[in-house]
Amino acid sequence: MTAAPLTIAVTGLNATDNPGPGVGVIRALRAHPDFQGRIVGLAYDSLDPGIYAHDLVDDVFLMPYPSQGLAAFSTRLAEVHGRVPFDVVIPTLDAEIPTFIDLEPQLRTLGIGSFLPSQELFDLRSKAHLAHLGEIANINTPATRVIADPNDLRQLEGKLEYPFWVKGAYYGATEVHDVHEAIAAYHQMVAKWGVPVIAQAGVDGDEIDVVAVGDGEGGMVGAVPMRKRLLTDKGKGWAGIAIRDPEIEELSRRYFAATKWRGPCEIEMMRSQSGELHLLEINPRFPAWCYLSAGAGMNLPWAVAQLAAGRDVAPMHEYEVGKMFVRISLDQIVSLSDFESIAATGELHRCTPGDAS
Amino acid sequence: MTIPQKLRDLAISETGFLFDPYTGSTFSANEPGLTVLEGLREGLGVADIATRLRESFDVPAAADVERDVGEFVHLLRRSGLVPEEFTA
Repeated sequence: MTAAPLTIAVTGLNATDNPGPGVGVIRALRAHPDFQGRIVGLAYDSLDPGIYAHDLVDDVFLMPYPSQGLAAFSTRLAEVHGRVPFDVVIPTLDAEIPTFIDLEPQLRTLGIGSFLPSQELFDLRSKAHLAHLGEIANINTPATRVIADPNDLRQLEGKLEYPFWVKGAYYGATEVHDVHEAIAAYHQMVAKWGVPVIAQAGVDGDEIDVVAVGDGEGGMVGAVPMRKRLLTDKGKGWAGIAIRDPEIEELSRRYFAATKWRGPCEIEMMRSQSGELHLLEINPRFPAWCYLSAGAGMNLPWAVAQLAAGRDVAPMHEYEVGKMFVRISLDQIVSLSDFESIAATGELHRCTPGDAS
Repeated sequence: MTIPQKLRDLAISETGFLFDPYTGSTFSANEPGLTVLEGLREGLGVADIATRLRESFDVPAAADVERDVGEFVHLLRRSGLVPEEFTA
């Protein structure tokens, strides 16, 4: 028996040169052979490129930034749901995940499912708690210090060797070679992302990123590790290849077993030149390259949509090793009426609202 | 000789394109290189691989084929395709 089609809301349509994951998630959902539903895009800016991907997104609504408060966000979500009722929502941006966690009970009463970690778990995987996370999951982590005052950086002399990384609370990482660079990077991160800022020892080696989903009970629904083959000047992966390494899989399993993480995440790790794996970071959402999971035969966004809808998903093990992604940048041609619709009314529809087929 | 798991798992195409599934690294090998890799995966030692190379290719009589095989194995070690302690 075929399950009922789902209307799925997805955020993160900012497919720029530092792309949000929304477009990758939507492409994966649409690539699944059982997909018959409708995609609602939730955007924050009228020029988010994913808004204009007409073959991907059926309806788009502009949202207030989560920083404008829970009430404004929740009111707008309820409005959107009133216009185009959606069954599940997949948030994809770090800064909005706490808002969706807060709203989970309210969304449930509206009949909207999501598959997210608790706030406690969300905090545990933050960069500031990486060392603690490493301890409870028995995973190596680079030496990390939480910096709340630029003078703290002066105290690191002799404790953290240069060069090290100064990282923002949500995004951003700058390699620094002396205390002056470190303080400058601190102020840049605070201006952009607020406190705390993290100072983290560098690990030389190969970075490996894993897109994975935890079932919330300590199990791993599935995971696809990827090695970047081409980077942008911002260090973002522009090409990558699916790999398989039992040690990476084991580390990922340990993470889920120790935390009981619920939902998608990206596990960033480094294999040092001596061969040890070090956990660098856990991103609490799908990475922008998550379409590779679908391309390699393990469609993790689809799995999350099913889980968010309360459907069972069996653990997935198989994917095609060696499958690659190579990103492309292209210009979409947009009609003025589409831009007018999103800019003037905050919404854009490519089929009649309410027509869920 | 124990054949390392990484060597067993190495994807080798007929064109000499090599893919290490553990790291995502890719390499190219020429025909003699492929012959050495195939020999190693069959568990052959240096002498047997050198014999196979002499039989398969037009090798000058003075060539030190055993040494060339040793250098190729060293290259595999350096590329992480066999463990550091691996010897053929």
